[in-house]
Amino acid sequence: MKHARVMYEGQVHDAVAEDNGALRLADGRLLGEQDVRWLPPFEVGTIFTLGLNYADHIKELDFKKAPENPLVFLKGPNALVGHRERTRRPADVKYMHYECELAVVIGKECRNVKRDQAYEYVRGYTVANDYAIRDYLENYYRPNMRVKGRDACTPIGPWLVDAEDVPDPMDLAIRTWINGELKQDGSTRDMVCDVAGLIEYLSSFMTLSPGDVLLTGTPKGVADCRAGDVVVTEVEQIGRLENTIYTD
Amino acid sequence: MNKSSLIGTIPTGTIYGVVLNDRRTQERLCDEFDQPPYKSPPVAPVMYIKTSNTVVGDGAAVRIPQEPGVVRIDATVGAVIGQSATAIKAEDALDHVAGYVIVSDVTLPHENYYRPVVPLRCRDGFCPISTVMAAPEFDPATSSLAVLADGQLVFQGDFSHFVRDLPQLMQDVTEFMTLNPGDVLMLGLLEGAPIVGKTASIHIEVDGLGVLRHSVEIESGVTA
Repeated sequence: MKHARVMYEGQVHDAVAEDNGALRLADGRLLGEQDVRWLPPFEVGTIFTLGLNYADHIKELDFKKAPENPLVFLKGPNALVGHRERTRRPADVKYMHYECELAVVIGKECRNVKRDQAYEYVRGYTVANDYAIRDYLENYYRPNMRVKGRDACTPIGPWLVDAEDVPDPMDLAIRTWINGELKQDGSTRDMVCDVAGLIEYLSSFMTLSPGDVLLTGTPKGVADCRAGDVVVTEVEQIGRLENTIYTD
Repeated sequence: MNKSSLIGTIPTGTIYGVVLNDRRTQERLCDEFDQPPYKSPPVAPVMYIKTSNTVVGDGAAVRIPQEPGVVRIDATVGAVIGQSATAIKAEDALDHVAGYVIVSDVTLPHENYYRPVVPLRCRDGFCPISTVMAAPEFDPATSSLAVLADGQLVFQGDFSHFVRDLPQLMQDVTEFMTLNPGDVLMLGLLEGAPIVGKTASIHIEVDGLGVLRHSVEIESGVTA
């Protein structure tokens, strides 16, 4: 099932997305994609993001090799924004790019979980767009909060797909379009540290809880997004997440 | 949430920390900061998050791994946000503050600032925190902080060496991100914080606020 959370008539509603794209609210009403405001599709806990987790993206950014341990950074809940919303590009910025990512939502508390059991702890999957404003990058706790923790800089959604509906998250196409033009075309096959490995790594030193989410990195093919651009990030079998860039 | 409902509770929002806000730390490291990987001194506040699994209350036992068997107690004060703050001006900052907490930001010792250090700072229980105190007269500029380990003074400091005071820090942080009611913004970590091993009682005393207590114990059994 595809679980969504939307604002409609001033209230937050849980909803299920039907195959034809219609939204069935918990109260039974059937609505269209454009009738509602979309929220992040689950109650968010800790937001883990992976940097440099695709070998081709590492090369694209002029780094020599993958880090020895997964490069994990955190962002606050202010960064998340739902499907069909807008993200700000400050007027003086030179380079702001999208990053289409498979997002993994934890369903059960886990600590010291080995990779063979990792999928038992996954609630489901959604799509994230971990935008980056490269102008603000500094070499302190990099990527730093001013780049990756900005208000509404990380669209997530449109819905959360149950884990049982995605038997192999490690073989999914990752694609991004700007204004209908395909710009990024990769696959989760190329992740350096896979989903099971990430859960094993993180749970080796801390407890993960339901609602925690892992944004698992992006392949090569990032490109600048300008004001007015409609950016669609898609993960195969999960969904297409739409966002529009605006400037001051 | 109104400001007064936060008083006496453990904050449940996001706990943000700031490193390199102590001028003396920057002065000590300034030669390193001109070299790779840093290449130049920091411009924006350098921030991190203490994740929710780290939060424990007064009197907690903080378990640390056998390797390295020691931790650094980055004790400090946090401002608790009572009113949503987006793109605020320094002169209005304190209007958004509901009160203060004493924080023991426990970390495995390290001196790297290039990459985030989630495995070092975000272990379970690595953030003992007091309940929120209204303390309207509290002024970081005139306060002081002491850390005692089993009755011995192991650290004494104050908040007068910060590159950014709390109002300026809030202005520069909220320029790009909103701080929400229940969030905590730590004032900064102090140069020379103590390193401790197994300790029956850590006391963190902040002039004008009070005391936060916890112990440090070594994890038993096989580490993962």
